[in-house]
This record gives sequence, structure tokens and C-alpha cells, in this order.
Amino acid sequence: MSDILILCEHDRGSIEPSTLEALTFARGAFEGDDLHVLVCGEVDDLAPLGEYGATAVIVAEHDMLRDFSPETWGQVLAQQIDDMSPEVVLACGTSRGNEVLAQAAARLDMPFVANVNEVADDFADDDETEVTRVQWGGSLLERAGLEADTKIISVTHHAVEPVSAEGEEAPSSTFEPEIDELYARSIVIDREIAEAGVTLSTAPVVVGGGRAVGSADAFAPLEELAELLGGRVGCSRAVTNNGWRPHSDQVGQTGTRIAPELYIANGISGAIQHWVGAMASKKILAINTDPDANMVTKADYCVIGDLHDIIPAVIEEVKKRS
Amino acid sequence: MSEFPTSAKVVVIGAGIVGNCLVGHLSDLGWTDMVLLDKGPLPNPGGSTGHASNFIFPVDHNKEMALLGVQSANQYRDMDRSVDSGGIEVARSEERMQELTRRMTSAKAWGVEAHLLTPAEVKELVPFINDDVILGGFYCPTVSVVDSLDTGTIMRTKATDAGNLQVFANTEVLDVLTEDINVPGKTKVTGVVTDKGTIECDYVVVACGVWSNRIANMADAYIPLVPAVHQMADVGPMDILAETNNEIGYPIVRDMDTFCYERQSSGSMEVGSYGHRAILHHPDEIPSNDEAALSPTEMPFTQDDFDPQMETAIELMDFLGDAEIKYAINGLLSLTPDAMPCLGEVPEVENLWSAAAVWVKEGPGMAQVVAEWMTYGYPRVIDPHASDVSRFYQDEKSDEHIWARADEHFIKTYGIVHPSEQWNSRRDLKTSSLKAQTDALGAYYYTARVWERPHWYETNADLVEKYGLSERATEWDNRWWSPIIDAEHLNLRENAGMIDLTAFQIMDLTGPGAVAFAEYLSVNKVDKPVGTSTYTPWLNADGGFHSDLTMLRLGDEHIRVVTGAFDGGRDEHWIKKYMPQDGSVTFENRTEDFVTIGLWGPNAPAILGQLTDADLSQEGSPYGSVRSIQVAGTDVDIFRISYVGDTGWEIYIPWADAPGVWDAIAEAGKDHGLRPTGAGVYAVGGRLEKGYRLMGAELESEYNPVEAGLARPKVKAADFIGKEAYLAAREAGPAALVCTLAIDDMNDSKGQQRYIQAGNAPILTTDGERITDSHGRVSVVTTAGMGPSYGKYLCMGYLPVEMAEIGTKVQVMYMNELFPATVVATTGSAFDPDDTRLKA
Amino acid sequence: MRVLVCVKRVPAPGARINITDDGQAVDAAHLGFTVSPHEECGVEECVQLVERHGGEATVLTLGPVEAEEQLRYAASLGVQHAVLLSADTTQWDPQRTASAIADAIETLEAEDGAFDLILFGNESADTGGFQVGIRVAHKLERPIVNAIKGIDLDLDNSKVTARREIDGGREIYELPTPAILGVKEGLNLPRYPTMKGRLASKKVEIKVLEAEGDEGQQSRVTLLQPPEQVSNTVKIGEGVEAAPAIVDLLDELGVLS
Repeated sequence: MSDILILCEHDRGSIEPSTLEALTFARGAFEGDDLHVLVCGEVDDLAPLGEYGATAVIVAEHDMLRDFSPETWGQVLAQQIDDMSPEVVLACGTSRGNEVLAQAAARLDMPFVANVNEVADDFADDDETEVTRVQWGGSLLERAGLEADTKIISVTHHAVEPVSAEGEEAPSSTFEPEIDELYARSIVIDREIAEAGVTLSTAPVVVGGGRAVGSADAFAPLEELAELLGGRVGCSRAVTNNGWRPHSDQVGQTGTRIAPELYIANGISGAIQHWVGAMASKKILAINTDPDANMVTKADYCVIGDLHDIIPAVIEEVKKRS
Repeated sequence: MSEFPTSAKVVVIGAGIVGNCLVGHLSDLGWTDMVLLDKGPLPNPGGSTGHASNFIFPVDHNKEMALLGVQSANQYRDMDRSVDSGGIEVARSEERMQELTRRMTSAKAWGVEAHLLTPAEVKELVPFINDDVILGGFYCPTVSVVDSLDTGTIMRTKATDAGNLQVFANTEVLDVLTEDINVPGKTKVTGVVTDKGTIECDYVVVACGVWSNRIANMADAYIPLVPAVHQMADVGPMDILAETNNEIGYPIVRDMDTFCYERQSSGSMEVGSYGHRAILHHPDEIPSNDEAALSPTEMPFTQDDFDPQMETAIELMDFLGDAEIKYAINGLLSLTPDAMPCLGEVPEVENLWSAAAVWVKEGPGMAQVVAEWMTYGYPRVIDPHASDVSRFYQDEKSDEHIWARADEHFIKTYGIVHPSEQWNSRRDLKTSSLKAQTDALGAYYYTARVWERPHWYETNADLVEKYGLSERATEWDNRWWSPIIDAEHLNLRENAGMIDLTAFQIMDLTGPGAVAFAEYLSVNKVDKPVGTSTYTPWLNADGGFHSDLTMLRLGDEHIRVVTGAFDGGRDEHWIKKYMPQDGSVTFENRTEDFVTIGLWGPNAPAILGQLTDADLSQEGSPYGSVRSIQVAGTDVDIFRISYVGDTGWEIYIPWADAPGVWDAIAEAGKDHGLRPTGAGVYAVGGRLEKGYRLMGAELESEYNPVEAGLARPKVKAADFIGKEAYLAAREAGPAALVCTLAIDDMNDSKGQQRYIQAGNAPILTTDGERITDSHGRVSVVTTAGMGPSYGKYLCMGYLPVEMAEIGTKVQVMYMNELFPATVVATTGSAFDPDDTRLKA
Repeated sequence: MRVLVCVKRVPAPGARINITDDGQAVDAAHLGFTVSPHEECGVEECVQLVERHGGEATVLTLGPVEAEEQLRYAASLGVQHAVLLSADTTQWDPQRTASAIADAIETLEAEDGAFDLILFGNESADTGGFQVGIRVAHKLERPIVNAIKGIDLDLDNSKVTARREIDGGREIYELPTPAILGVKEGLNLPRYPTMKGRLASKKVEIKVLEAEGDEGQQSRVTLLQPPEQVSNTVKIGEGVEAAPAIVDLLDELGVLS
């Protein structure tokens, strides 16, 4: 039986769904092993960790853990790895997850493999093993060899759906890590809160627009539809490059990766840059004049036609039914 | 989307400007059941059309390119997808200034408004130009900028709306299917295999731009072209451009001496270059639509190649230096071995057509050419012989050849190209077995396509002094010329000359149907006694010239066709296109079985007489007769004919025996003043004095035998291609006649003697007006050269019938100067009009 | 002020990325090369910082000699110095890469003084390891935050304020300089080079250092194409007539609020 150490990602006390993805992945990949979850700082409710399969929860308590700091979290994780010598250290490959794992790995001078989709059999126990990970944002895969007693990996965000194990609350322990303030210099000093409501990465519906929308103003109907559906507007890189939408609306490899229930891709050709940001969507509806556009052939549903005609008609229809 | 068809009349591959315009024109001409395929998406499938700079300079020295450019510009205008931006070619060198006067002359010829501008005048039109670095400009107000993608959509939609066309994008052609037919070296197209299914069809047209040769190769055919890079960078924004609120508000500037152009595109400037090294790609190196970062033909920019262009561009327009390079590509376009397009049916496969190596500037016009060609058997809008894909010999279809020639001529895209300019690369592809002899005589060779022909012999330099000849006054007129040519000419008229004519293309038709088939091709009667010959036009169905050549009756079932090296490919294609497939006619190309030596001049009979016992008198070897005799112990055929106006023979000698015969004739001619004589005499001076016409110069499909003076008194009873139209032309009479002009005063305004080089110099009235006939055909010089024996510089060309009289005064424009000229012959000879020398 | 940006030469592929026959690399036969959009923003930020604060910017890459193209591109935008950390094409895993870059930075700093700020792209466009910047920072004992989309450098107080987008807002970090940031696209709108900039970039001397570093513990076995996503796209209509069917679908998927 091996020890698997999983980083709990939370934002000032509320557990992120990505943590549950990591747990779900770990249950599948390391069946029967001990799944220890490390929590840096306080979390409002530890119950989901057990529910999703954690066998033990370790809470690090320290004044400096009241808010996120990549360096501080990295120190705590490194310390825990040092103490526990787990066979595997795991987090979800989110922005924070990858960052904290890299911080810990750098401190320990251990390898870290980001964005893994699959691990080899007996991964935990072999010190020479392999993983399959994503490259090019998901356009390519890499089989990578890894030589390490402790294997630090992140699991590709959205690669697994969080599935409850309906587990009991896991026993938890606390400890006070030693944090060297000298190496905790990257601190959050302030937060700016965007307007309330769903964000691009959490929206249940994303209404996306591409170059074919034609102008900044022409996004108005897309905005209206998104609002009607409680969703957000997203866009392709061509749109941000044209200055029609802010970069924060960009769906793609270097923009936001989305995973809504439905992505409505309007006039988007489906360049690889964009596709890798959208491919985690549960369902995709493509609206395009070109039946052979990449986005259309990759979508679950399509409507062939001009978005400038179709979106207003859909808005009408939605209004009629509500 | 409609079901993918399993059959169609026509499949057109490629939905760029050419394919789209082609289906539109074909639909207008009544074609139905057409399918247009492209492997990319619409409206921009990713070929060269999608990144074209989309401007048209309507002035070109070449007639086909100029007139089809104007024709295309007008089609864009008619569809309202065109803006007349105007355009200026600027000169930085004196040599270029001279070239601009040549441009003025061509503009006059084609009726395009143009002006020579001073640097200050250029700056008035283009205020951001640095007028210190230029010497002047050539301004053409009708230079236009077009929307080639939109035009393509309009043309394509016209055909689909008419119910004549189905279009399938994202459909890749995997194979072109053919079946065997009973014609040597030829198959027939039967269909195309695509990734969506197979379509059986009667016709396939390859309009695939840079991919065309790859598609043709699928049917074991060739469309000799290579994808080549044209670099382009879009820089901006610039306020002065943005303030025009227009796609294009300033004239396009072609910086000719740096091989660059600057073309406004809204707020930015597109800087395009033809000045970098030739960057050629194999079609297999072009990525698919999926693999390409931009489009397949917008390849990664190789900045190092463009750097020198940027430096010179900034010299011309300082503001370019501070503008951002927003987009830069190695855009692919098509280059052929001779810089002309590939149009028409490919010679290897019946009903497989090429519409390739066509740029946006001539796309709609060239598409019309191909559509008419498919419909009427030959185009009506213009004679496209220089673009005819069947012009290429096999040696010209290899990648090695295509690449070498494209490499050589890419830099000439904006270069100054002399009408007689010769190729450097890929020489000696076809040489006579006399090469050792002609080399030893100091032959200076010109090429006739792949064939090397001695143009003059340096060992005749002594004759220059003898006849008191000299170099010409200007370097341009002297370029690709030697006074030895005129010396050889005068010697031939005085004594005799022997000419290596091995480049003649010799094709035998044999079998029980040979004579009847030959008759069907020819205007003049071929079915004459064995031992006679026929000089005859071959016409197209509309009665215009396709060829002119000689046909020798060598046996009851044996006709030998002899034609010029420039037309061998086209003529062989024509024969194979029409020859019966029932086995009654056998075709064989015998070109490399024979060497032909021409022996002409007043001393020719005496010279040949020393080497044979045969009767060489006008009775024993009458004009037009073919006799098998022995010369210097070798069996040869002698053919009494002359293209130079003096008596003599073409002597056909088995390949390996020719050097011996050449030496024997040379020896026999020693005391008779015989000199080796080049094609400079044969192809220009000799024939010009006699008013003999040349295919591709005086003879084009736009003219008929009546106008060319080649109509015989009677029309033969047998049917032949173009007969109906020919009869109608005889009935109607000529609208124009081919004439010979003598230049009365060769001095230009600077007092320099000028020698008009052919290349379509316009013939003008004494008032300086363009001359057009009742069909709208313009009078231009078709051949120009010295008539050394006549004593004047001569030009040939067509004049409207009312002006075609000896003594009519006209002017010829050359280098933007006017030279007075007088008509000295109409359909006849200026020199020895009664042919007494021939009868000697 | 001295700033450094580290970039990586990567192919600029289209919608389909091909792999070489040996499975070790992207087939770049007909591809151009670039740096990731994150790194483009890093270069732009350095140029802007110099414009704002004076001083000099340096660009560094670890890669083959061909990576000179990416260095010159950065120079054409206004970066003054360029360093090629010359590396053969054998495997450079994140640990080895970071170690070589850290050594090189130490060499550069020993010669000309410390960099106030060093920028990395948040992750490389190709391998996406998410760690080289962090490892370098650790070796140089400097603070680092990733995913930065806003930078204010306060030289007087030796600190840098950095903004990071998170769900629902932004986190504002403060780091003492010298510091390192992993930046993301959206940080700024990168400029394009001017012609004069390009011509000037050809005169920039490229300092070449040999990349050294022990082999790391991660290795490439092979690159693979991801499994073809077989999507049988259901066409639910054409044009405006499809509107009711679209709304039916929204209803069926439970997104019609």
C-alpha cells in the first residue's frame, strides 16, 4: 500500500471542484492506496474530501496560511513530502495546482510532471515509470518517462469528472508547519472582485463568437443571449486580436479553458488554439455558415447558417417560452 | 448539401479565381452538369487567390498578357469588384527610364492611357514618396485593385444559380482516372477519385494553381509549373493612408529597380517583393489546410530574404520604416519554365484541361479563354498560342527544367527583358549532330524552345568589313544582335549560305488513312503526286490560323509534316487530337532521325551539283518537289523550297550521316563563297525581305488566310477543319492585310539611329493615332528587322484593308518616339517581288 | 534598471500538428517558428518597462542556433541585448533547463549587475511544464508568482506589484525586487516590429553561452496524437428556421433557466 499525497485547492476556505477531480483521478489510478489530502490553511467544510475518497486529511495551520501564497503553500507541501515520503504527490493541473507543485518540486529538487492524463500500472511503486501527459495545450500527448521515488504530478484539469465515492468523512489531523518568511515573499496584498455572477470558467453556458461576428458592436446579441441563459460571452483569439473583446473573454490555450454544460460556438472556425480551450465543454453547438468548419465537424450539434440571423431568432424564441 | 454525385459532364478542380471564373464562363456558354471541387473551404480555399495583392497593371509588352489583363480588369469592373486606383512604375536608373519609354509604347499599342511623369509629378500623386531617389514614373490611371475572392463567388454562384453547377468544398482529389485510346502516348480522362467518392466524367479541368502539376501527374500528364514564393509584408497603420477611408486611395507604386511594390490596403501598406532569391517549393512541401498556420499558400515568412527589400522600400517611402509589420508571408504563386501560363487541353490526356499558372490579374480573361477553347475548339477572345500547355517538349516538363528556368526568370518579374533575350540555364537540351562543326565555326546559339540553333557564326566576322557593316548606335538595339547576321545575309544573296535547320520538327503520318487525314487538317490540297509538297495553313474551326507548315507527299500512304521548332508541341497535339482512332493512321515523330541543312543562294545549284549526279535543274528538281538522291554518297531527300527568297533546297539527311554531308557541302562551296549562315538570316532578314509570314507573329488565330495573303485562287473540294469559316472569310473579303513597311527615317529626336525591335510596336497614322480595323484589331509590328539587300529597315504587320496599299504613309512608335514608314508590300515581297531569284 | 525575459523557440503550427517519424518532435518541415503568446507579452512588457523606467532589457533563450530568429525578433521590438544559451537537441527536461538558465543568469549578472525583474511565460506553448521559471527563481532565491496579467514596478521601493486573474476577480501580489514573474497573455497588447526595428535588430550582437546542466529525471518516450474525437455532429437545422430546435436543445440540456 502506497501513500498518495493530494493537495487540496481551496480559495480562502472553500474547496475548489478541481480538488475533487484530483481525488476522483487518484481513486481510479491508485485504488487501495492511502489518499492523504493536505490542506494549507483552514477550510470551511472538510466533508467533501472524505466523500470523494480521501482516507486522511492533514491540515496545516499557520498564520501565514490565511490566504494563498504560492511560495508558502509550496513550502508547506515540500515539508509534508519530506516528512511523509509519499510515493505520489498529486494536485489538479489548475493555475494554482501546477504552481504549488512546481514550488514544492523546486524546493526538493524533485521532478514534477504537469498535466498528466494517465499513469502507468504500478505507477506508485515503480521508481522508473511512465505517464501520458498533454502537450500543446492538449493538441498532442506525450508519453514521458519519470525516474523518482516520489512522483509529483498534476492531473489535467477537466480530464476527469468529479465523481463522489460517497465516502465517510476522513479522519483529520493538524500540524503547524515551519514557514521561512524569507521564502514567502509573494503575498496577496489585495483583491479586486469582478462584478458578481458567473465567470467564464464556471458559467453553465458560454456563448462564443469568432471573427465572423464582425465587430465589437455585433457581439450585442451574443451578450443578450448569454444573459438570458445565465451564461457568459467568450471569444476566439482573432476577436481579441482585433480588439473587439477583452482578453479575459478569450477561450483558448492561452486564454480561459472552459467546461460549461453547453458551449455555443458562433462563427468560430475552430483553430487549435481555441479548440483546446473549449474541448472540455460537455456539449458543443456550432453555428456556422461553413458546414465543413473545424468547429462544426467537432461539435455535438450544428446549425448551418448566419449567426447574425440565427441568434436574434433564438433570443426571440427563448423569450417567447419564458 | 446535395448528395455527392457519381457522374458529371465536367469536373473542375480548384475554386480559386480561375476555377470559379471558368465555371461561370462555361455556364454562360451553355455547359451543364458541372462539378467544382476544392480541398479547402469556401470562399477562400487557401490557394494563391486568397493572399493575392489583387492589382492589375494593364500594360505588358506581351500581347496575350496585356490584352487578357485588360479583358480581366474589365470583367472585374463589370461585376463592380474593382477600383481604379491608378498605378505608377517608378524608375531609379537611366536604364529603367528607357524601359518606361518602352512601356509607353506598349501602352499605346494596347490603347491603355499612360503618362510619363517627372519625379515632382509622381510626388503630386503620391505625396509620401521620396522623389529624390527616382528619375521619373510611368503612370497608368486605369491600374485597378480587384476583389478576387468576391468575384470568384459571384462567378461560381452564377453557375449554381443557373442549375449548371454543384460545388463541393473540403473535397480532396486523390486520383484522376484515364482509359487507353488508340493514339500513341495518349489516354482519355474518365473521372476523378475524391475523398468523398468517385465522379465519372467527360472532362476534367485542373485549375489548382500551385498544386496543378501534382494533380496532372495523377493522370501521367504534366502542367509544368512550380510553386514559388512572393514575399509580402503588410505594414501599418499610417495616418495618411487611414485618412483616405478607403481600401485604396493612392496609386500603387511599383519600385521597378528594386523589384518591389507598395500597395495601400486601407490604413496599411502592402510591400511586395520579386527581388529576393527564387524560393521554390515542391507541391508536396505545401502543408494541408489543417497543417498550415495561416493558409497553405501563406508559408512562413523568411525574414532574411526580405531585409534588403525593406531597406530600399524605406528609401522610397520613409514612413514605412516606423510602421509595424503586422503580417508577412512567403506567399506562393505559380511559375512556369517560360513565364507564360498553362492553358488548354494537356497533350497527354484527351479531355484533361489545364487552367493554371494564371495570376489574379489575368484570371477572369484566361478562364474565358479556356471556356471558349472547350466550347468552340479554339478560343475566340485571343490567340493563346504562347500560353498553350501543349507548347512544351518533354524536356521542358521535368522538375529539373521547371525549377532551373523558374529560378532564372523569377528576378525578371519586374526586370527589363529584351525581346530577344536568351536563357542561361538548361541549354544544349537538343542539339544537331552538326554541333561539333557549328561549334568549330563559332556559332552563337539561340534557342527555339529546347533546340539550339546557330543564330550567326563568329567566323564570318570578316564579312562585316567586306560589306561595310557596323554595330548599332544604342546598346539596347545592339543587344542580342550582331552585324554578322546582316553580313551573312548579304553573302547568301551574293553567293550562298548553308543553314543548320535541325530544329525542324518532322512528323510522319502513314497508313491507308494518312492522306485523307492530312487533307482534313489542311486548307490546301495534300493529295497530290508522290514527290510533291504542300505549304498550307491549318485552321481552327473558326477559320483562324492554328499552324502553317509544309507537308511532303513521300508515298501513297505517307505524308511527312515539317514544322518549326516553336510549334512542334502544339502541332503534334493538334494531329493527335484529330487523328482517327481506327488504326488507319500511324503517327511517328521523326525529328531526331534527320538533320536538315538549308542550302540557298545564287550559287546553291552549282555547289550541290558538285556532290550529286541528280538533275538539279528547275525541270529535274522543280520548286516544291521532293527528290530522294545521293549527295556525297549519302542517301538524302532534297526539297526545293525557300524561306529566304533565293533558290536552293532543304536537304534531309539521316542523323548520323549529316556531319559528312555538311563537310562535303562546305568543301564544295569553298570556291563559291558559301558560308555557314545562321537563323538570324533564315528567321528574320531573309523572310522579312520576302514578306514570308511566321506562325505566332503574322499568323495568329485572330487572322485568316485571306488577310494573311495565303488564300489560293480555288478552294479544294475535300473537307477540312475550318472550311466553312474559311469560305465565309473568302466571301467577306479581308478586313486587314499583312503588309511590309520600310522605315523612312531611323533617327530619333536625339539624332540616334534606332532599330525597332519587334515586340508589338504600334503602327500609327501620320497623325499619331492608333490604327484598328473594322473588327477592332489593332495594327502593331509583328516582325521587325533589317532588310540588308533591300537596303531599308523593315517591319511587318496588319493594316486595315483601306490602308493596305503600297505607298501608304504611316508611323511606327518605338521607345516612345515616332518613326515615319511607308508600305512597300501588301501580302507580297518587298525584295524581288517577282521571285526571279527563286526561279534561277 | 535591468530586466530579462526568457523565451522559447517553438513551431507555429496550424490546426493539425504532425509528429516526426521517430516520435520525438513536432514535424516542423513547413512551419514557421515563434514564441508563445505569453512570452510575446513578456517581451512587450520588458520593452515598456524600459520605456517607462529607462535601463535595458535582455532576452534570453535556451535552444538551437536557429533560435537566434526569436532573439532578433525581440530585439526588433526594442530589447537591447540578446543571449543564446546554446543547447543541442538532446532532451532538456524542466530541471535541466532551469538549472542551465539559472547558471546563465548568474553569469550575466556577475558581468553586468542584477536584473531587477525577470519574466518567464507562464508555461511554454509546446511542452507546457509549468515550472522552469519557478525552479529558476528557487535557484536564484528570488520570489516568483505565476499567471500574472499586470505589472507595476516600483524601483524606488524595490518592489513589484503584480496582478493575477482568478475566477471572479484579481489577486494583487507584492514582491520585493529582484523578482521573477510568470506572465500570461493579456498582460499587454504586444506591438509588431517596425521595419526600422527589424533592420536595427540585425546589428544586435548575440551573446552565446553554452548551456550546461545535469540531465533531469523526466524524459520523452514519444509524442502521440490524441485519440481522434469521433463526433457525429447532429445537424439540427439551417438558418433562422432552426431557432425553435435550438431552444428545444437548450431545454433538453437543462440550460434554459
